[in-house]
Amino acid sequence: MNGVRRSAPVDARVTLADFLRDDLALTGTHLACEHGVCGACTVLVDGASVRSCLLLAVQVDGADVTTIEGEAPELEPLRDAFRELLSFQCGFCTPGFVMTAVELLRENPRPSDEEIREAISGNLCRCTGYESIVRGIALAAERGR
Amino acid sequence: MKPAPFDYFAPTSLDEALALRAEHADDSVVLAGGQSLVPMLSLRLARPAVVIDLGRVPGLEGVSEWDGGVVIGAMARQRAVERSELVRRRTPLVTRALANVGHVTIRNRGTVGGSIAHAHPAGELPGAALALDAQLVARSSHGERTIPAGGFFHGFMTTAIEPDEVLVEVRIPGQPERSGSSFVEVARRHGDFALAGAAAAIELGGDGAIADVRLVFIGVGGVPIRAGEAEAALRGQRPDRAAFAEAAEQAVTGLDPISDVHASAEYRRRVARAVARRALQEATPV
Repeated sequence: MNGVRRSAPVDARVTLADFLRDDLALTGTHLACEHGVCGACTVLVDGASVRSCLLLAVQVDGADVTTIEGEAPELEPLRDAFRELLSFQCGFCTPGFVMTAVELLRENPRPSDEEIREAISGNLCRCTGYESIVRGIALAAERGR
Repeated sequence: MKPAPFDYFAPTSLDEALALRAEHADDSVVLAGGQSLVPMLSLRLARPAVVIDLGRVPGLEGVSEWDGGVVIGAMARQRAVERSELVRRRTPLVTRALANVGHVTIRNRGTVGGSIAHAHPAGELPGAALALDAQLVARSSHGERTIPAGGFFHGFMTTAIEPDEVLVEVRIPGQPERSGSSFVEVARRHGDFALAGAAAAIELGGDGAIADVRLVFIGVGGVPIRAGEAEAALRGQRPDRAAFAEAAEQAVTGLDPISDVHASAEYRRRVARAVARRALQEATPV
């Protein structure tokens, strides 16, 4: 879990999202729709973006999980760019967008505007209208190079 | 909402998984990628007594050559199959269909077998499987059987898989020479369930006329629907816009899509006609 070995007993029916928030006190991962359509709960499991509300916690036994509280080379430029360009308002959707963007920039360090929009099309934001988020990811990509 | 309690098993071999299916049968569900099952558990649309997680069963995630085409293990992640060069070369309709399945985050976990076994009426993979005459291989503790796609989708989210069976692989014949394929769907937002979609594959003969054609709709019935009469009418014709427009018109006449909050039946029918025409045009090999 974010580079540190953690272990805990968990009921099989507890989702990864609830395990992160309730058992590990990692509340940066947010729950909105809780049925896989909004992307707010996005984390990385073995480097791949996943919707933590769509995994049972038991399924990540033995895996590497990275949340918004974690470390990744892409995270610092994203945090800086989001802060500078105000790529958020209430911030509720933000960790989900950031973790999705980490995967995007890892796979595609020079994404086009269209590629950014395609990559985040599974994340919903009710505040910003998305433009500032797209610009934030583009700026992070530029700086990350 | 949170899932109701269930007994959870994570077998580490296929034999163990099949023994569990034999024991629990109707009381059990199979957990593959979880992208359809877990939200159903969370919303309590599904309240199984037993969940059998295939995630630790080795040997079900491979993608390899098969009889000119490919065999895809049921647990192969959609994202891995989407990026498979072998699949792109031999069965490109699968690659195109996958690009329309949800979003990358969903495809990182979702599986090919899970999507086909789940058989959502707007599922792209069920549509592609039908269009390509895929063979679905199911195993139980007493043997294995191969089910052709044409006999696999029985009704709304109901397939030929028996309660004591597990879908283990999907066999897809290779596309013939001088053929093309396309998958076109319309959704309110990218990644949403399709309002209507069409999978098309066309093979041209030496004379440039249509030697064989497949046209399958998704989202306009309880199961993916093959436009058999339109296919028959197209065989032998020149692959031109007029023929495709007429075929699309013919293909939608028998459709009886539902009306719901997302679209009326009439709108779905109109979209079906448009995507059929576009898919046929795009599927024409140059």
